[in-house]
Amino acid sequence: MNSVIFRAVAPFLTSLMVLFSIFVLLRGHNEPGGGFIGGLIAVSALAIYGIACGVETVRRAIYFHPMAIAGAGLLAATVAGLISIAARVPFMTGLWIYPSVLGLEVPLSTVTLFDCGVYLVVVGAISSIALSLEERGGE
Amino acid sequence: MAATTSPPADLSAALVLEPVASADWLVILPVAWCLAIGALLVMLRRKIDWHPPIAVLGLAGLVVIDILLLRHVLASGPVTMVMGRWLPPFGIAFTVDLTGALFALTASVVALAGCIYSLADINDSGRRYGFYPFLMLLMAGVSGAFLTGDIFNLYVWFEVLLISSFGLIVLGSEREQIDGAVKYGFLNLVATTLFLITTGYLYASFGTLNMADIARKSEGLAGTAPLMTLTALFVLAFGMKAAAFPVNFWLPASYHTPRVVVSALFAGLLTKVGIYALIRVTVMLLPAEREELSFVIALAGALTMLVGVFGALAQSDFRRMLGYLVVSGIGSILAGVAVGGPGGIGGAIFYALHSMLVMTALYLASGVAARLGGSFSLVSLAGLYRRHAGFAALSLMLAFAVSGLPPFSGFWPKVMLVKAALDIGAWWLAAVLLLTGFLTTVVTGRFFLLAYWRDAASGGGGSASATISPAAFLPVTALTVLALAIGLYPEPLLSVVQNAAAGLAEPSAYLNSVFPGGAP
Repeated sequence: MNSVIFRAVAPFLTSLMVLFSIFVLLRGHNEPGGGFIGGLIAVSALAIYGIACGVETVRRAIYFHPMAIAGAGLLAATVAGLISIAARVPFMTGLWIYPSVLGLEVPLSTVTLFDCGVYLVVVGAISSIALSLEERGGE
Repeated sequence: MAATTSPPADLSAALVLEPVASADWLVILPVAWCLAIGALLVMLRRKIDWHPPIAVLGLAGLVVIDILLLRHVLASGPVTMVMGRWLPPFGIAFTVDLTGALFALTASVVALAGCIYSLADINDSGRRYGFYPFLMLLMAGVSGAFLTGDIFNLYVWFEVLLISSFGLIVLGSEREQIDGAVKYGFLNLVATTLFLITTGYLYASFGTLNMADIARKSEGLAGTAPLMTLTALFVLAFGMKAAAFPVNFWLPASYHTPRVVVSALFAGLLTKVGIYALIRVTVMLLPAEREELSFVIALAGALTMLVGVFGALAQSDFRRMLGYLVVSGIGSILAGVAVGGPGGIGGAIFYALHSMLVMTALYLASGVAARLGGSFSLVSLAGLYRRHAGFAALSLMLAFAVSGLPPFSGFWPKVMLVKAALDIGAWWLAAVLLLTGFLTTVVTGRFFLLAYWRDAASGGGGSASATISPAAFLPVTALTVLALAIGLYPEPLLSVVQNAAAGLAEPSAYLNSVFPGGAP
């Protein structure tokens, strides 16, 4: 796997896949996709980067520890449920706002926040497992 | 936006449209609170100095929330909140009645006591490994299991607490711990799978997973659906979780291996979640079938009691002995479930609450004893009375409580159970209950004699000047005082558990809370 071609292509492939994973995450509300599958795509991107350039590089690139990312995701998902307190509706009810950014209507919702939380949990948990497995395998 | 020609949907048929009262949020708050704090601790994984204070404050907050929840349920009956405002039976409902609120409150008290003890027991490497996040997520699972009103959701909370408990039981990664964890994990996975299969079977028969809906339909389906099979499978699955005979062997094989505080939390929380699920499913959802199976459950209960107490008598390790006493207590609770009626079920609930407090306290006391005496083994553990008379007094009180002697918390549920058993003419069950109480006294008496009164051999383990840190001493004291208080003033708790048992036997208030407008 340690070919020049692979090492040269891996960063581009990784950035494309991460971009695609975010696209899948955001389209997931009404169409196939969503946080879980998007997260898996992002993890496979990180895994490719790790195989090509080494686990240390990946750890530096994602900056935060994978478990911290997963924790942030869990917190985001919980907060998404708790926002309903303010609206006096039951836990986890989907709430929408439509702010207009630069003349474009952007639909934002607690559902999206929850899905982003799922995305982060999947990215954090699976990449934590994948990276430590790769580390062990390299010894 | 082309489809505006269709008539507007009637949302009131599918959604909760009236605003939710703030007090109703207490139903979901224990779970959301624990999840949020657990997530925060995972994020702060490097700042291990912050973990203990955040976790102690978080669990103290959980105790407050659960007290408020119990008060709310006492004042206004069962409370329901549906997730995402979807109406049951399709939406997932969290429904809290007295039983759930009592169990949740006791669990939070136990967890807080364990968390305070952990300040003295869990070192930096344990913190780095994630003891506190696991503890908070375990409490999220335990609270969710006690508060949910949906049987599939109950399964999900079982999974949450199971995964957290796997993390806790291997904390330290010693060879012995992995061995215990494999036995514990394997048996629990089998039980959880059985639970899931049975839930699928139940859904195929009932077409619903909402507990209130199942309770409403179970009588009408008695002729057509295989309810006895379902009940038998549920009893087996939850019996495995609760470590009832003949599927009890995993508990004594694993509970002595992890850290003391982890054993204490497991003894106080995990088997009791199994017992709670058993009570909820057999008493409230499938009452006629429980009646049919009552002899089997009674037999299993009696054998569990005897196996537990004889096992305890044969042990020479403090924590192994306690593991068998946990099993023996499960037998008493099963006896109550088998007898049924307000006395039997009330006694079972009361005994479960008492057992949560006292077994946790005893495990924590075993940790303190090992600190003082340098060992868990009866061979070398000696002279504790001379080392610390106050601690010996606390231990003696806990020994009385677990044996069911007055004036401690174990006495009243035993009285209720024996009376209920005699009322229905099950004199043999009453005899086994009394015999178990007597043998438990022998077990704890033998232990007290050897570990506390016997003079330490010269040069025995443990330093003579060993002191107990207040963080280890305080929770044992607090739980003992609680056991004594319940034993001295049992009336409030007695009336509450009897109301809780009545609410399970006649769940019309529960059903009204889930389906306010009657049948949909």
